[in-house]
Amino acid sequence: MTDSRAAAPPDTAPLIAAQRIVRRDAARNQTLLEPTDLTLDAGERVALTGPSGSGKSVLLRALALLDPLDGGRVQWRGRSVTRSRIPTFRRHVAYLRQRAALLDGSVEDNLRYPYSLAVYRDVSFDADRVRALFERAGRGADFLERDASELSGGEAQIVALVRVLQLDPDVLLLDEPTASLDPGTARAIEALVAGWFERGADARATIWVSHDPAQAARVGTRQLVMRAGVLSAAPPDGETTKSAETVQ
Amino acid sequence: MNTGLQNLSLVDVAIAALLVFVNGAISVLLKLDLERKLAWAALRTVVQLLAIGYVLGWVFAYDRWYAVLPLMVLMTLIAGVAGSQRGARTYAGQRADSIVSIWVSAWLVAAVGLFVVIRIRPWYTPQYAIPILGMILGNTLTGVSLGIERMTSELTARRDRVETALALGATRWEAAQGPAREAVRAGMIPTLNQMAVVGVVSLPGMMTGQVLAGQSPLQAVRYQIVIMFLIAASSALGTVGAVLLAYRHLFSAEHRFLVSRLVDRTARAKRRAAG
Repeated sequence: MTDSRAAAPPDTAPLIAAQRIVRRDAARNQTLLEPTDLTLDAGERVALTGPSGSGKSVLLRALALLDPLDGGRVQWRGRSVTRSRIPTFRRHVAYLRQRAALLDGSVEDNLRYPYSLAVYRDVSFDADRVRALFERAGRGADFLERDASELSGGEAQIVALVRVLQLDPDVLLLDEPTASLDPGTARAIEALVAGWFERGADARATIWVSHDPAQAARVGTRQLVMRAGVLSAAPPDGETTKSAETVQ
Repeated sequence: MNTGLQNLSLVDVAIAALLVFVNGAISVLLKLDLERKLAWAALRTVVQLLAIGYVLGWVFAYDRWYAVLPLMVLMTLIAGVAGSQRGARTYAGQRADSIVSIWVSAWLVAAVGLFVVIRIRPWYTPQYAIPILGMILGNTLTGVSLGIERMTSELTARRDRVETALALGATRWEAAQGPAREAVRAGMIPTLNQMAVVGVVSLPGMMTGQVLAGQSPLQAVRYQIVIMFLIAASSALGTVGAVLLAYRHLFSAEHRFLVSRLVDRTARAKRRAAG
C-alpha cells in the first residue's frame, strides 16, 4: 500500500460525481443547464423526468462527456477523467440515445462494431450471449442476420441496447430509449436493462430519462425532475402543489 | 519564341467572343434565366485574361524574383479562398484550412517539378514557375474544395452514427475515419478521371499550347506527363491535408464531435452581413 495507488479513493467513491456542471448555447446565448450537482452511487437507479427541452438530454450528454462543459467537472470513481481516458470512461459509462443509430450491414455487423475499437481490444464478440439477450427481448435466432436498414424503430433500439449491454458497462445513461416505441417493445427494453442491472446490482447504476411517470416509477428508485435547466429531487406530488400555486 | 504561332488581333478575339451568343440564345430559348450570369462570366473571362496577359508580360520582362514570388503568393491565396467556397455547411477556420493545405501541397510539389525534374535556372524563371504553379493550384483547389465539402456533408449526414461511435468509446479518429476516407476519395477522383482520359478524350491546354507554338509533340507529351503527376501528387496531398485540418477543427482532443461548429453557409453569411 505504499505505491501510488494508495492515494486512490476507496471503492465507496460514487461512480459519477458532477460538480457545478454548466452547459450554455453560445450561439443563442442561452443557459441549457444551470450549475448542477449530481452524485450517482453504485446500486442507484435514477429516473429523470421533466418537460421536453428542459435539459434532460443536455445533462445526460454532459455526464457522458459528449459535449464540452462551460463550467464544473465530472468525476468518475472519485477522479477526473483525463483526455486519453475518455474512451475508457465511455466504455464504462454508456450513453444510449433516443433514436438508435445503426451502421450499414446486418444486425451482427452492428454488434461486432464495438470490438473493432481500440478500447475493447481485450474482449471479443460472443454470439451465444447476444442470442440469449435477443431471446429475452422476444427476438428469434435469425435476428442476427437481419439487415439493419430493414428494422423497425423498436427493433433498432433493441439492437442498440444489446450492442451496449454485451460490453458490460457499469453505468447506463438512457435518453428516453422507449419514447417512440410500442408498449410491448418498451417492456422488452425495460426487461433487458433490468436483467443487466440485476447481474451486478451493487456495482451498477442507471439514469433513465422518461416522460412517462408510470415508467419513471417502474425503472427508478430515486426520482429527479428537470425544469428549465434546473435539476431537483421530485417531491411526491410536486405537480399538484405547483398548479395550486398558479391558481392562487 | 512565338514564331510558329499565328498572331491573333483583337478583332479575331471579338469574333470568337461573339460565340457567347450561342449560350445566350440557349438560355433565352429554354428560359434558363442565365443571361445575367452568362454576361458576367463572359466579361470576367475577357477582363481577367487580358489583365493576366499584361501582368505576365511585365513579370516576364522584368524577370526578378521579387516580382515573381508575390505573384505566386497571390495566385495561391486566390486558389485557397476559392477552394473554401463550396458546400452547404462550413465552419470557422475553413478558409484558413483551405489556404494552408493548398499552399503547402502545391508549393512542395511545384518545387519538386521545377527544381528536380525540369531544373530551371534561375529558380524563379517566370515562364516555367508561374504556369506550372498555376496548373497545380487549379487542380489542387478542386481536390481540396471537394474534400472539405464531402467531409462536412458526410459528418452532417452521419452525425448520429459518429456520435454513437464516440458514445461507445471510439476515439475521435475512429469515429471520424469513415467520413474522412470518403472525403479524401471524393477529392482524388477528378484527378484520377483526368489521368484516365488524358490524350484520348482531352488534349490538355498546356500540351496544345506547346504544339501550337511549334514544339515537337513528343516533347510536349513529356511535359504533359510530368504535369499530370505533379497535379496528381499535389491534389492528393492537398486533399488529405484539408480533410485532416477539418477533422482537427470539428473533433476536440476530448474525443467530442463539435457539431455546433458546422454551420449553414448562407445563414452564416447573413449573420455576418447583419452583424
